[in-house]
Amino acid sequence: MREIAWNTIRDTVASLAVRANTVLDAKVEEAIRQARKTEESPVGLSILDQLLENGRIARETATPICQDTGLAVVFVTIGQEVHVTGGSLEAAIHAGVAKGYTEGYLRKSVVRDPLDRVNTGDNTPAIIHYRIVPGEELTLTVAPKGIGSENMSRIFMLKPSQGLAGIRQAVLDTVEAAGSNACPPLVIGVGVGGNFEKCAELAKEALLRPIGQHAQDPSWAKIEEDLLKAVNDLGIGPQGFGGRTTALWLAIETYPTHIGGMPVAVNINCHVARHESATL
Amino acid sequence: MKQITAPFTQSIVESLTAGDTVLITGTIYTARDAAHKRLCEAIAEGRPLPFDLRDAVIYYVGPTPPQPGQVIGAAGPTTSGRMDAYAPTLMEHGLRGMIGKGERTQAVVDSMKKHTAVYLAATGGAGALLSHCILESETIAYEDLGTEAIRRLTVKDFPATVVIDCQGNNLYETAPAAYSRRKV
Repeated sequence: MREIAWNTIRDTVASLAVRANTVLDAKVEEAIRQARKTEESPVGLSILDQLLENGRIARETATPICQDTGLAVVFVTIGQEVHVTGGSLEAAIHAGVAKGYTEGYLRKSVVRDPLDRVNTGDNTPAIIHYRIVPGEELTLTVAPKGIGSENMSRIFMLKPSQGLAGIRQAVLDTVEAAGSNACPPLVIGVGVGGNFEKCAELAKEALLRPIGQHAQDPSWAKIEEDLLKAVNDLGIGPQGFGGRTTALWLAIETYPTHIGGMPVAVNINCHVARHESATL
Repeated sequence: MKQITAPFTQSIVESLTAGDTVLITGTIYTARDAAHKRLCEAIAEGRPLPFDLRDAVIYYVGPTPPQPGQVIGAAGPTTSGRMDAYAPTLMEHGLRGMIGKGERTQAVVDSMKKHTAVYLAATGGAGALLSHCILESETIAYEDLGTEAIRRLTVKDFPATVVIDCQGNNLYETAPAAYSRRKV
């Protein structure tokens, strides 16, 4: 049994939230530099340059990369030998989000009720996903997610007969419908399999995978590559102004599913693709 | 790149064509979801508005809080489509320009043509960069809404692209086609 103090978890979540929102991921930056080499649209190129410059300003001035500092999505992987002292794990995470968003000058974008829409004032509650594993480590991943891209995400309950062509159609239809709304160039997370909620979670987890790292299964890695190319062939381009760079990356996570179904979720993210992790 | 001043006169709007890149200098107002709802409620009930809509430019943005010494935090555009339900009412009352990102409905485009208004996009995801073009920010209404309050902004050389002009030409419809390689 290992003890981890409540306030250590709170402070870790707070600093991860601030870092995720103010430091553009180095792999995203590299992907934008790579995209510059193939982008044919002059306007598209100028947008990619603006995003690089924006990342530099954000990092140097600790200003958020984007004003939508998002809902705080937190992935928790907790060893079953860990005991949290001084309070509950869940309360520590919410307190960390409140602290990070308040002290880090991040935007508070959460309303307490979908209809009365009163702001909670500290960006809580977080959306938390737990996984319990063997061992005595606690890994926290904070993945703030803006709503502009979240609003353009979709779930499809496909039939098994639709196969790979169905998955491809689902992804392309979603990206095309997202158009300029989700601030392309995008990072796209796809979940295939499981059930209604599992495929959505898979799609979200796909967004956590480092850009440039394909699925381990070579056949899914090939599908990722082909789908990214198909997405970029749509011509939507940076900000929807036309061009070669509609998405920087596309990752697929899969899970076993039912004999009668093939759920597909497409979680659209903007270029910022924020996620920061720490292991305690 | 054209230099234009805000508020927008009718002749400024008429001089803009979809695809133009512009630098905006002058006074614009922030408003997003909740502020639009309140503005339209005020109009419906005949109450005075917190600012003069005539020739006004609204920027769809909910900024992050400023750090000490900053005018405003990150301040990039939010998705304009959520304001589509309200925009025609505001144009009927003089709104001349909208800055945001993303598609608009046909009803909004029709209203833009009728009232000679323009829709521009700023770069979504470039909130830190765009905040540097904002020289002054003053909350003038609905302070209880926090980030959604209405602010009067003084901007200098604020970069934007004309997406839909007052003739109804739409860059989002024409530009991607030139780069599409989609196999049907």
